[in-house]
Amino acid sequence: MQDPKRPPDTQLEGRQPERLTWQVGTVASIVVETYRVKTFRIRLPHWESFRAGMHYDVRLTAPDGYQTQRSYSIATGPETRDAIDLTVEKIDGGEVSPYFHDEVIVGDRIELRGPIGGPFTWTESMGGPLLLIAGGSGIVPLMSMLRHRDSVARHVQTLFLYSSRTQLDVIYSDELDALAEAGNGLQIAHSFTRSTPDGWDGFARRVDTGMISDVFDRLGAVARAYICGPEGFVETAANALVDAGVTPERVRTERFGPAGA
Amino acid sequence: MLSRGFSGFRRPQPPREIPSGQYYETGFPVLTYGPTERVSQADWKLSIDLGDGGFKSWNWDDLMAMPQTDIHTDIHCVTKWSMLDSDWKGVDLDIFFEQAGLGSDIAEDYLMVRSFGGYTTNLPVADVRGGKAYIVHEFDGEPISQEHGGPVRMIVPHLYFWKSAKWVESIRFMDEDAPGFWESNGYHMYGDPWKEQRYWGD
Repeated sequence: MQDPKRPPDTQLEGRQPERLTWQVGTVASIVVETYRVKTFRIRLPHWESFRAGMHYDVRLTAPDGYQTQRSYSIATGPETRDAIDLTVEKIDGGEVSPYFHDEVIVGDRIELRGPIGGPFTWTESMGGPLLLIAGGSGIVPLMSMLRHRDSVARHVQTLFLYSSRTQLDVIYSDELDALAEAGNGLQIAHSFTRSTPDGWDGFARRVDTGMISDVFDRLGAVARAYICGPEGFVETAANALVDAGVTPERVRTERFGPAGA
Repeated sequence: MLSRGFSGFRRPQPPREIPSGQYYETGFPVLTYGPTERVSQADWKLSIDLGDGGFKSWNWDDLMAMPQTDIHTDIHCVTKWSMLDSDWKGVDLDIFFEQAGLGSDIAEDYLMVRSFGGYTTNLPVADVRGGKAYIVHEFDGEPISQEHGGPVRMIVPHLYFWKSAKWVESIRFMDEDAPGFWESNGYHMYGDPWKEQRYWGD
């Protein structure tokens, strides 16, 4: 368990040093989440237990020997065994994400290694109140946390603020609706930055200080905050949380840049 | 293992070889596990722990008065991007050691670098001497932005970039190697990009 009052260098984690070896998974199913996002369920010969928020490295190899690697967050909760879901947004001009979207079919073999990551993880024992903030495909590691919570930690008061361009861009839309309707201490607040559904009375703008202080007030207190999304989004949200009085040690971030995927 | 249907080479290719598993990035992504530390020039101070309760410290004005070096180098981040031909300005860490009265014979083999906000990373002393590590305050001719570790960060370009602490605050020597923040969280103790030492056991 990580204690927010202790400096990070004393937060030795439970995993022992051991070699992370490459393995070959098999694509078991592909789900179209949105017009630019797909989820690939990959069955692993050596599934390992992990903490919500961790990622796998994927390695692609071309016939001429050229290789490239990318990291993808695990979307499944730690309770889903033997396979992991990788949810991939197609990035125009990217190298790996267009391959997944345009080439990969069920039955394909994918080389990968993991799980990897420590600071950006949440487990039931870390408790709450829990504030999750995602922009776009930044939802993926947070979805693992929400699924973990739904499996074993429904008592943890949680608010999830999710910023999307439009309603059509919402990833895991049906599952999020079902989780929110369960009425067990999870609030979900959407914000739409480009266009809103008819009759929408929620947030309709990019994340800003006012929005963060609004959700902070709704939750009442924040023991743990996780923010994942594009650089500018994360910067704004993290700064606003610190300004609202949350100690930086309680705020964990994962930023992704404009290129690369 | 061959990836069925993958041809590769669709991104701009680097002007020269980069380490295995890296891709050529023309921007400068921000990677930090928490909020950006907000450290002003007036608040910034670097201390070297000399043992027995002794410290030598430098503030912003001290840093500006030291001999400056222009550093032209490549940066390799463990999250797979490589930024080539970046330009930095700052002071060779050896000069800090000299001013602290530490000769060529620092007794300890390792050091721990600490940042404002509590981040830490460990390095062998040999890897920060002889023009391999710098305390820098400019990137591409401009003050380093807060997100990238400004006002003052360290760079150790021959190792993966998590070894280059943002918002650098202090250095202490260690007889034996000990893990810093990422090294406690699965990253390699040394981190040579040319040997692809990303994670424990690599």
